[in-house]
Amino acid sequence: MIKPIYGLMAEFDTPTALVEAARAAREKGYRKLDAYSPFPIEELTEALHLHHHKLPLIVLLGGIIGGLAGYLLQYYVTVVYFPINVGGRPLHSWPSYIIITFEMTILLASISAVLGMLALCGLPMPYHPTFNVPRFALASRNRFFLCIEARDPLFDRARTIEFLETLKPREVSEVAP
Amino acid sequence: MADEPNVHRPKTIIAPGYTFGTVTDQIASVVLTKRTPVFWYINFGVSLVLLLLFLLAVGVLFAKGTGIWGLRTPVMWGFAITNFVWWIGIGHAGTLISAILLLLNQRWRNSINRFAEAMTLFAVACAGMFPILHLGRPWLAYWLFPYPNTMGVQPNFRSPLVWDVFAVSTYATVSALFWYVGLMPDLATLRDRTHNRFARFAYGILAMGWRGSARHWSVYETASLLLAGLATPLVLSVHTVVSFDFTIAIVPGWHSTFLPPYFVAGAIYSGFAMVLALAIPLRSVYGLQGLITDRHLDNSAKVMLATGLIVAYAYILETFTAWYGGNTYEQAMVWHRMTGPYAVSYWSLMFCNILAPQALWFKKVRSNPVLLFISAIVVLIGMWLERFVIIVSSLAQDFLPSSWSIFHATRWDWLTFIGTIGLFLFLFFLFIRLLPMISIFEVRTLLPAAKVEEEAES
Repeated sequence: MIKPIYGLMAEFDTPTALVEAARAAREKGYRKLDAYSPFPIEELTEALHLHHHKLPLIVLLGGIIGGLAGYLLQYYVTVVYFPINVGGRPLHSWPSYIIITFEMTILLASISAVLGMLALCGLPMPYHPTFNVPRFALASRNRFFLCIEARDPLFDRARTIEFLETLKPREVSEVAP
Repeated sequence: MADEPNVHRPKTIIAPGYTFGTVTDQIASVVLTKRTPVFWYINFGVSLVLLLLFLLAVGVLFAKGTGIWGLRTPVMWGFAITNFVWWIGIGHAGTLISAILLLLNQRWRNSINRFAEAMTLFAVACAGMFPILHLGRPWLAYWLFPYPNTMGVQPNFRSPLVWDVFAVSTYATVSALFWYVGLMPDLATLRDRTHNRFARFAYGILAMGWRGSARHWSVYETASLLLAGLATPLVLSVHTVVSFDFTIAIVPGWHSTFLPPYFVAGAIYSGFAMVLALAIPLRSVYGLQGLITDRHLDNSAKVMLATGLIVAYAYILETFTAWYGGNTYEQAMVWHRMTGPYAVSYWSLMFCNILAPQALWFKKVRSNPVLLFISAIVVLIGMWLERFVIIVSSLAQDFLPSSWSIFHATRWDWLTFIGTIGLFLFLFFLFIRLLPMISIFEVRTLLPAAKVEEEAES
């Protein structure tokens, strides 16, 4: 009986080779694939059609919530909870609220940027099948990897290996789940 | 027009001959080596001694109160607030390099942003210490934050001092987040490269399982860009808010609308001086001249010169407005600064901040690391004196001559100040030893090989 695998991984030497391989795999019809590189490659995002994610929206919401919370906190404290009458000046002294409102906007927006980034990436994830490939340690140094996952409808162990071999990788390896 | 690959290629940012592998190995080896250089031990030892002195000074302060400092009426903001403003200003260059230069697509920043951000974080840690120590009862510092309490009181949100609490704590948090996010891919590199089991575990946990997936990179890039966009107005606001601590008061020499931009320029000025003061010795000790090149030093010196000129303009304007505004107290304040008990500090700061940096106009000075290092130190001293003169001379001689009194710093003042330099260096040398001081993945993107060569048909 054949053991199930997570996918097949091809190793490349240059970012150009990886981008070309990713394009070829997309063209061939593979959809469940991911590329791994030691630095961000803009062309890869486009080659794998990865344009849409909701991070900007999350950050916007975080900022709005932070700003509102900052303003309302000050309003509540200075007008309702602890009003101080200074020479009959208005209690709702909005110009002096601006700074803390601004700081709270930035604070919550930044926190949601970081937490949102981690959530969208599914991190922290200490274990991932790709780490089972010994040479994958080089993905954080100088090698570029393309992985076609077994859950892809077109995936067939023999034929996918054959296809990956046509892309002239350094090596193709099976990824244990 | 500049889209031709050979035109776009960043030739001069880092020295030729580097590959993805060698860049990674060289930067990572500083951390992963078993042989720590003697330079590190000496500096770490010295900073540890200074840190212990700081703990001593703080211990005495806790036991006896702020009376051990030279604070006497009317100068109730002495060294502590001077040091606070100075340290937080130093931090600003780190955020400027990491956020503003990222937004402006200044790719040369990639090899100095990591340690500049670390510098920000540690400078803010030193800065944040002073207002708290200055409270008198530092253990009640949490009273600064609004929280439901049995006393039924709340902070006064109309006070710039409360604004400052929010500005500085937000700045510290956002700087730490930005720094950590930038570190994640490099922590993964260290995790994959170390042979030590404990180190692999520690870096592995910190890297959160980063594996360089294209999906992750695309989210990650957006996150860095957004964080940079958020940090940019933040960094400009922080020193503005710090200057509000002064401008909102009516003390002559403080009550002025140009203090915010003047403070921000001064902050960047001193911050770049600190970047140079750290980068020059580090790159020669660790042999990183190929990554932190003369061009980096040159650019930093130019930023220093530009912000120094803004600061010079502010000094001239300060004197001019005092004369032109016709306010007797403002005029007296400028006269006191120039000729009074603080004249030595005033004229030394003029020398350090205006006169000495003019040497940076010369390419010969900018390309000589030793001279640059010296001028960076001169600027750091000058900026400290500037904060001292603004704070202390304005308070010492205010409206009523009968209340005038001169500030005398005690040995505890000096010890606390020098102690925070120890704390800063202690944290910095720990950072150098345990984390990559140059952003490895961002330097990889600077290599010519990182460029994807598009085929003509696609």
